[in-house]
Amino acid sequence: MKKTHSMSDRTSDIILVVITAIVLLIVAYPIYYVLIASVSNPYDVYAGKTFLLPSEFTLRGYTAVFADPNILSGYINSIKYTVIGTIFSVVMLYITAYPLAQRDLPGRKFFSIFFLITMYFGGGLIPTFLVVKQTHLIDSIWALFLPGGVAVGNMIIVRNYFQNSIPRDLIEASEIDGCSKLRTFVSIVIPLSKPILAVMVVFSMVAYWNDWFTALIYLTAEKAPLPLVLRNILIKSSASASQAATISGGYAELNKLTEMIKFSSIIVAAAPMLIVYPFVQKYFEKGFMAGAVKG
Amino acid sequence: MNPSGNASALPRGKGLGRRIRDNWQLYLLLLIPVVITVIYKYIPMYGIQIAFRDFKATRGYAGSKFVGLKWFERFFTAPTFGRMMKNTVLLSLYSLLWSFPIPIILSLCINQLRFNRYKRVVQTVLYAPHFISTMVICGMLRIFLSPSGGLVNLLFGSSIDFLTQSSAFRTIYVASGIWQDAGWGCIIYLATLSNIDTSLYEAAKVDGASVFQRIMNVDVPALLPMAILMFIMSAGSLMNVGFEKVWLLQTDLNKATSDVIAVYVYQQGIENAKYSYSTAVGLFNTAINLILLFVVNKISSKASDVDFV
Repeated sequence: MKKTHSMSDRTSDIILVVITAIVLLIVAYPIYYVLIASVSNPYDVYAGKTFLLPSEFTLRGYTAVFADPNILSGYINSIKYTVIGTIFSVVMLYITAYPLAQRDLPGRKFFSIFFLITMYFGGGLIPTFLVVKQTHLIDSIWALFLPGGVAVGNMIIVRNYFQNSIPRDLIEASEIDGCSKLRTFVSIVIPLSKPILAVMVVFSMVAYWNDWFTALIYLTAEKAPLPLVLRNILIKSSASASQAATISGGYAELNKLTEMIKFSSIIVAAAPMLIVYPFVQKYFEKGFMAGAVKG
Repeated sequence: MNPSGNASALPRGKGLGRRIRDNWQLYLLLLIPVVITVIYKYIPMYGIQIAFRDFKATRGYAGSKFVGLKWFERFFTAPTFGRMMKNTVLLSLYSLLWSFPIPIILSLCINQLRFNRYKRVVQTVLYAPHFISTMVICGMLRIFLSPSGGLVNLLFGSSIDFLTQSSAFRTIYVASGIWQDAGWGCIIYLATLSNIDTSLYEAAKVDGASVFQRIMNVDVPALLPMAILMFIMSAGSLMNVGFEKVWLLQTDLNKATSDVIAVYVYQQGIENAKYSYSTAVGLFNTAINLILLFVVNKISSKASDVDFV
């Protein structure tokens, strides 16, 4: 790209940079603002003194968040659900996508349609709820994973990736060497599918980390994941009883701390996924493209 | 290892029974997802029949008394039926119309950026909100829209309690949706654009085309089929208003515009345990969606050879 650009090219470069910079600002600023507010005196935040920089820097909001037993147990629950859920989902995606990627598998079309239908039609909230109840999963963490079944959209992406991006020669060679289908899957296909594996792991992690509706329906309060715990703080705006008991400075002090907890809990809940996704970002486009091509 | 593994490498043209036996390991892999899908996806479909029955858990699905269209009639004559229909359709229609063109315009701009590091930063930042939970987004919205010291009121020097204004609800819903997902929506378009043959750009340059002309004559035609497909797919889920955000942003005072079918299904079914009634309402919603999906798919396969079902 060492060409000399014409004048009009330079002008349009500037226009494009300005447009994208404005969009960048609109997207990033709310997150930045919450970050700043989370380490500031909340009275200054509400007085409009923290548009750019924090005022009276403090980490009290964060110490309060991690001292709250409800938030802490929510955090631990969320980590647990995310780890188990991600392993479950990705295994399900792989063991479904691999057989369906074999063009010569008898019944392939039947199974494909069998899964595809669930993408467009389902029993709905209550009929699913009743089955979860009948299978005794109410208040079991498996209620978070099993009813989701196979994420069909992602499964199709993985299947197409298997079909299009893994050299057929390698698979045939391994089969001629006497490897079984399963062996080929484990020692050739899985290692060669790392880019799409990374993307699917991140997608599943994000889905489980951010999910709260399933837990709202199926789990009791002490098993609530982080977002559901935050509902009391962020949506219902109520200070937890344990907080109120430990505050000595009276109502004003409690009020202040409640506001600080709002900001810092947002950061605490959002940070893990915002830190993780840039690592696999370069695979997003590639993965989508390889997966989008019809197999 | 299993001897049948060897056989699978033999040339084609074997009998069906033989081919099934050769692939027994694959069927074994499929068994687990199939069983889970039957239990948690297909049995609930069978359970939909309670929409036409007076469901009693002790009698089971098929044993409960058949009541015909009683629940549907009750829903259609409910005092809030018209309001919920209108809100559901309008909320998703506005979302669709606003959030469809923005990722296209954005990706056209991003694709033409020549400074690669900057381009990368733009993409990373634009994807970020997609990875934040609805709960957190709604928490942020409640803080920003607060009448006392909320960011929006601070910036405009006002003190409006936006979440109590039913006239503001749709704007809040649609705008926050764009903020969260417009960047993520760019991915599919950026991937399409990155597949454009660079010789097309070279040829355009030789012809003296400006960046704007290159966008209009090379990029836009390349994006069009994907854009049509995306539009059709979102039109097919017109009645799928996300429950989560509406429920979390709903207040007693904005119900005139925030009362939607999905929230009603939840309230009747989970909170009030009216299983049959809630199922009927949900089925009505799903049915409209399916009809829309079939109609748009028919139109699309006629219009552009695109068939996605």
